Amino acid sequence: MIEPLDRQLLTAIQQGLAITPRPYTELAEKLALSEQDVVTRISNLKRSGLIKRFGIIVKHRRLGYRANAMVVWDIPDALVDELGQRISQQPFVNLCYQRPRQGEIWPYNLFCMIHGKSREVVEAQLQTLISECGLETFNYEVLFSRRCFKQCGAIYPASQG
Amino acid sequence: MDAIDRQLINLLQEGLPICPAPFRDLATQLELSEAEVIERLKMLLADGTLTRFGPMYHAEQMGGALTLAALKVPTERFDAVTEIVNAFPEVAHNYQRTHELNMWFVLATETPEQVDVVIAAIQAQTGLKVYNMPKQREYFVNLKLDA
Repeated sequence: MIEPLDRQLLTAIQQGLAITPRPYTELAEKLALSEQDVVTRISNLKRSGLIKRFGIIVKHRRLGYRANAMVVWDIPDALVDELGQRISQQPFVNLCYQRPRQGEIWPYNLFCMIHGKSREVVEAQLQTLISECGLETFNYEVLFSRRCFKQCGAIYPASQG
Repeated sequence: MDAIDRQLINLLQEGLPICPAPFRDLATQLELSEAEVIERLKMLLADGTLTRFGPMYHAEQMGGALTLAALKVPTERFDAVTEIVNAFPEVAHNYQRTHELNMWFVLATETPEQVDVVIAAIQAQTGLKVYNMPKQREYFVNLKLDA
């Protein structure tokens, strides 16, 4: 259970931290805490895993990462954990999840994301992935993104008690 | 964006130091002044290179839920369906992708039950089946992109 004060704190910082020399002072005042209390609470929330990352959300397209491929695999259930762990260790893999198959239209159960500066780079990385992880015998598909309609970072409303 | 901005972005992707004066801390590491770090960060936010500065929460631990879902949208209806789907505040990302399932979006809701409610609403408004693919297992990766 999240303490009410922590929840208030999470709500207050979710839209982003003030970019000022002492970003926590105003926040502390609002919540009637000391600046050090705010910093300690945020550190604890980070340590507990509730705050997954505390930093920046980068627009990958702006950094020149124009090719964004979702690569999906049909892996026997008994092997999915082992291969998922192996895939996630490749430095160019950004996300790796096991998800449920959807029948005929979608037989894939392992998803990973590769961001690259061009399709050619992504395709070369995929070949590396296949040979490094021993994926030669499994069916896969590569879904490149054509357009991005919305990317707001997963801002999560913390308003609920 | 210059070499210093790139250094700053790479450093920040490892996380912001959690301390009373985090930008002074970064400035020391980069051998810049605190004022310059602040100025550069404001520029990078203003020009859209960085979308947000702050925390990313663990949705499930917060009591909420995340899922990835897909639609098979007929080409001629693509723009209209995009408009319907993006109007839902729970839709966090939405990409057109090269597959029969051609629209892929992430839903972030405050409670697990709301995922089903939002999916039912999207199905009702679009007349299309939503393929819901919540994660069953996450394999941890290094999330850093070289700037």
